Amino acid sequence: MANLAQQIVSGLASGGIYALLALAIVIIHRSTGVINFAQGELATLSAFICFALMNHGWAFWPAFFVTLALSFGGGMVLHTVVIRPIQGGPLLGIVILTIGLLIAINGLTTWIWGGTSQQFHGPFSTAPIRVAGVAFSKQDIGVIVVAVVAMLVLGLLFARTKLGLGLRASAVNPSEARLVGVPVPAMLAVGWGLACALGAVAGVMAAPSLFLDPNMMQTVLLYSFAAAVLGGMDSPAGAVVGGLVLGVSLNLLGTYVDWIGGELRLATALALILAVLLARPSGLFGRSIVRRA
Amino acid sequence: MRLKLLYVSLGALALIVLPFALSDFRTGQLATVGAYFIAILGLDVLTGHSGQISLGHGAFMAIGAYTTAILVGHHGVRDLATIPIAAAVAGGIGLLAGVPALRLSGLYLALATFGIAVVFPTILKKFDTFTGGSTGISFFGSPHQTGHGTGVTILGAHLSNLQWLYALTWVIGVALFLLVWFLLASRFGRALRAVRDSELAAAAAGVNRSAYKVTAFGLSAALAGTAGSLFAINIAYVSPDSISIQLSLYLLVGAVVGFFGSIWGAILGALLIEFLADVVGLIPHVDTKQAGPTSFAFGAILVALMLLLPLATRLGAAVGRRGYPRPR
Repeated sequence: MANLAQQIVSGLASGGIYALLALAIVIIHRSTGVINFAQGELATLSAFICFALMNHGWAFWPAFFVTLALSFGGGMVLHTVVIRPIQGGPLLGIVILTIGLLIAINGLTTWIWGGTSQQFHGPFSTAPIRVAGVAFSKQDIGVIVVAVVAMLVLGLLFARTKLGLGLRASAVNPSEARLVGVPVPAMLAVGWGLACALGAVAGVMAAPSLFLDPNMMQTVLLYSFAAAVLGGMDSPAGAVVGGLVLGVSLNLLGTYVDWIGGELRLATALALILAVLLARPSGLFGRSIVRRA
Repeated sequence: MRLKLLYVSLGALALIVLPFALSDFRTGQLATVGAYFIAILGLDVLTGHSGQISLGHGAFMAIGAYTTAILVGHHGVRDLATIPIAAAVAGGIGLLAGVPALRLSGLYLALATFGIAVVFPTILKKFDTFTGGSTGISFFGSPHQTGHGTGVTILGAHLSNLQWLYALTWVIGVALFLLVWFLLASRFGRALRAVRDSELAAAAAGVNRSAYKVTAFGLSAALAGTAGSLFAINIAYVSPDSISIQLSLYLLVGAVVGFFGSIWGAILGALLIEFLADVVGLIPHVDTKQAGPTSFAFGAILVALMLLLPLATRLGAAVGRRGYPRPR
């Protein structure tokens, strides 16, 4: 039983990271209709920026918040410079462009920081904490708390602020949002900024346990795709639930089903993506869209 | 037309003369370019003409490469005989994959194939009794390797090993190119493009769109499988790292370069994959022993192409040339 509880908590911690990145993917998909394949590499880049700041003697939390701000700004710039010029063209063109970004950013981080894994000292110790006789890792608990706080802040932003209203309006109906005075292009840029900031949280939180290297988020990205697809691709709540369910169930499958072990975790996530896409493309929470051919 | 004939004969002449003018090492590199060329040809059929995207063509290359390596290394089949088998295995799996792909619209097909590209190496490592796990399978100097790695004598002319591999790859490459050319110029190609441009209109005109899309997937995978088989024969070795997610994405870059000018573009794309590292290395103070700068250049080229593509098609339309089919 103790082992089961431990596995569930560490599954929630990795699931929280998947959920954050899945949220980033969903925000961009909702507002601009594309899947951003570079989301994982952008998160890795953010983690490296935080790492570099800490190497210059910064404490973790200041470095973390500066990284978030830089990532937010970087996301806005990215949208304005490379996405906006071809917005309105074929969607697949934008998707291929994000693949270009994936390759370029991966190359950039490898170029600057080298391809080897580096130890990233997170804010939480890896020492165990005892709750009701079961030892949990402080790091896992900390990651869960940070992920929940980030999601709450984002939820409040979308639900309670005028900016959030503008963001939702430009995602749901850009042309009518413009008619009532919402600056749609700026909103889309803010959406990219928010997605990159969320990715930064995911990257920095993942770095201590995964070790920092340029390919760190590639597998996390696939898990996050699975989470987003499971949640229906358009539903933020679905992405969060999908991420947590995926994190816990993959952890339990990996622990208790020998044949899957660590090696087939990724393949399981892919099988889930394919099954959901083929059997129920609107996922658990998504709306199905009826289109004229 | 006459100009086209001139270009083609110049290209053919260059293909024949090059291995005698270049060092053995460069000839070997050009043999690998031939394998990439065939894979890009396959991606061109799939994405350029049938409008289905694949980010996972490296996986089909890997299927071809492993078919060859397993047959030569474990079952003692002559390497040349494995090429059609590799094409058939990859093509068959491609046909099977094409059926579920029908249900996925562009964005989700990109997602699913990306997933396959990421996951495939982990599956190769899991089933290590067949695939040799992370170490892979080497068959250099095996009795079933044509020339045993020392060279081949054809009609009294002795070719070094790398010259032989160059000749083999490009003879197959040119043959497959001609095949694809005729196929795409025929009723088959017209039907594919009709389905790509408007499924509804194509169906109304009596084109069986499912059959054509699945066939395109199979054909494309068979070409990738052939490319993978030749890739494996070229280095007499295959491992999960030799055909990585990186290669899948680079093939896409090569194909996008190819969309600019059909056949020449495909050759250019293949040359890019093999030689970009050398070109980037010419820039002072850039060390290409490390993969970073080359990978950055690949990504930057793809981003620039996607930004320029709308511009280029608009320019092409302005000067009255028919634009080359673009991915959707």
